[in-house]
Amino acid sequence: MGTDAAMPTLAVWKFASCDGCQLSLLDCEDELLAVADRVRIAHFLEASRQVEPGPYDVSLVEGSITTADDVARIHRVREMSRTLVTIGACATAGGVQALRNFADVDEFRSVVYARPEYVSTLATSTPIAAHVDVDYELHGCPIDRRQLLEVITALLVGRRPNIPAHSVCFECKQRGNVCVVVAHGTPCLGPVTHAGCGAICPAYQRGCYGCFGPMETPNGTAQAGLLRATGMSEADMVRAYRTYNAGAPAFIELSRITVGPPQPEGST
Amino acid sequence: MTHRSDRTLDVRALARVEGEGAMHVRVRGDAVEEVRLDIYEPPRFFEALLRGRRYTEPPDITARICGICPVAYQMSACAAIEDACAVTVEPGVAALRRLLYCGEWIESHTLHIYLLHAPDFLGYPSALELAKDRRDVVERGLALKKAGNEIVELLGGRAIHPVNVRVGGFYRTPARRELAPLREKLRTALDQALETVRWVAGFDFPDFHHDHEMLALVTPGQYAVESGGVATTAGLAFAVQRFEDHVIEEHVPHSTALHARLAGRGNYVVGPTARYTLNRQWLSPLALEAADAAGLGADCRNPYRSILVRAVETVFALDEAIRLIEQYEPPARPFVEVPPREAIGYGATEAPRGILFHRYGLDADGLITSARIVPPTSQNQAGIEDDLRRFVGSRLHLDDERLTWQCEQAIRNYDPCISCSTHFLDLTVERR
Ligand code: SF4
Ligand code: SF4
Repeated sequence: MGTDAAMPTLAVWKFASCDGCQLSLLDCEDELLAVADRVRIAHFLEASRQVEPGPYDVSLVEGSITTADDVARIHRVREMSRTLVTIGACATAGGVQALRNFADVDEFRSVVYARPEYVSTLATSTPIAAHVDVDYELHGCPIDRRQLLEVITALLVGRRPNIPAHSVCFECKQRGNVCVVVAHGTPCLGPVTHAGCGAICPAYQRGCYGCFGPMETPNGTAQAGLLRATGMSEADMVRAYRTYNAGAPAFIELSRITVGPPQPEGST
Repeated sequence: MTHRSDRTLDVRALARVEGEGAMHVRVRGDAVEEVRLDIYEPPRFFEALLRGRRYTEPPDITARICGICPVAYQMSACAAIEDACAVTVEPGVAALRRLLYCGEWIESHTLHIYLLHAPDFLGYPSALELAKDRRDVVERGLALKKAGNEIVELLGGRAIHPVNVRVGGFYRTPARRELAPLREKLRTALDQALETVRWVAGFDFPDFHHDHEMLALVTPGQYAVESGGVATTAGLAFAVQRFEDHVIEEHVPHSTALHARLAGRGNYVVGPTARYTLNRQWLSPLALEAADAAGLGADCRNPYRSILVRAVETVFALDEAIRLIEQYEPPARPFVEVPPREAIGYGATEAPRGILFHRYGLDADGLITSARIVPPTSQNQAGIEDDLRRFVGSRLHLDDERLTWQCEQAIRNYDPCISCSTHFLDLTVERR
């Protein structure tokens, strides 16, 4: 952590999450000390017990909002932050914990806890942008550390981060992957999923499971046809959209298109 | 400034731990009245949301419980589901799983040693501050951590939430030539790991011992990582399938993490010191030598020395990874088919922070009917509170600031993973 008062300050905040997205910063093993030379890390509890008061030039926010206290806390974070960047599927789409949005949270609570009355939680898990203005969003569960470095460097020099919004398919072509749908009939969410990971799953002979959330303008009908052709059932298709980015409006929409026109009996 | 006799110490947001928690200690005169590790990390309800999902999904979904030890979640989930479906993976697949897990131990242990725990012993608030004086040391730690991450990335596709793990094995297994360059990097890392043991051995460890029963997996013939039966230092031994007969979880008001204890026996602790104490004889010769040179005896009951055990386990994991790469024969198939069936399955593996237990109920179509996950931190919570009570009691002469820092350190000994345990720390010491 630098001490130069002229250096821009960075704060990292956590809400309901697994810590994986903020860990991506500590996982920049080759760049971490260089970043620390150029920004003052003023609040980053996972890394330091030294906390400096705000305001902060840039805040990275991980996690979703699931408690009444956290609703209040995100407003305070927003007030203290010049630029606010949300990192990861939890912060941008509510995360896997947003599956409660489709269920009864009291029932969830009683399944996990013997004394549910000790646990206070909201009935929903919502993204940060549902509560405050957000300047940039980084997708992924977890985010990609190259994208994180791009955002931090861009903000340091005062330009807009270059984060493409096309689909994973595009990255598959760049990486030279063989299409897993065409070659093996493997179901894949790549055509509707936001780029950023570098098309990891297809490179490992697996279909994309959508961890980067929806791309900008997904073609849901074409995608539903593609998935159906691989033999996926409607229930499996709905579940595929309802996982790490269950709360992303485009994926909610796609999980509805999936159900689509009535199918002949026995086709599910 | 703090020689009031009644006081409270509060850490409202514990730093350098994974997740969110607080510590509250209340002292009256010379007596420690109350010690609470409050885990206020909001619950994420994994056990509830897994119901109705397919039996192929828990390795990916439960990985999201913790970004630091996703492989542990993937491995315990696979073990439990394969147990339910009565499937055994091929030896080549089992070896790759162990290799992947070694990568996670290296990455997680090094993160804890260098970035989270060592700064306490050296009086720095963070590793980034330490780097201003000892950049070489922090660079060594980051390089070592990177070596662990490279194993996970190569086998898993990425370091956090690997994509290549599936029930029955892997989506894709590497060719021998893909692993070869890794071996050279791990050799360099092994030297850095040995230096780490020597470095950490020079720290000043408080003279403190606990008498908790210690629990870990044991696999006769090899240091337990991804499989084994459960054993304790007091001689209790049982199969993973009997875990819930012996481990009782309780819900206490101050925590969103459940507290575990052994039925009829009380507190126990899990993690590197428990593993070392129960498995030491199966360390690799190099790791054993490093342990002896560092002055670790036959068992380790000083939680402050857990950092030393982590350093020794890092040497072991690198040694083991190199051995697995050298002996690697690609399996005939990357995975075995796992046909679903109506059954209950149990699985436990040694996460970096200690034993991680999973149990799933499946129906005949392979949909999950029930899930139970017991992470290491909830098993350690009562033990941590007990350590704090005794530790604070013997250090009441310290001022609040020093005492608070030392309490935080006492908690960080266990490398608590709060995101895991809710399925840390804000410290309060109240002196009255
Ligand atoms: S988006 Fe995924 S990796 Fe990031 S904090 Fe949430 S669960 Fe963890
Ligand atoms: S291919 Fe899809 S599921 Fe896999 S890492 Fe990339 S975005 Fe995530």
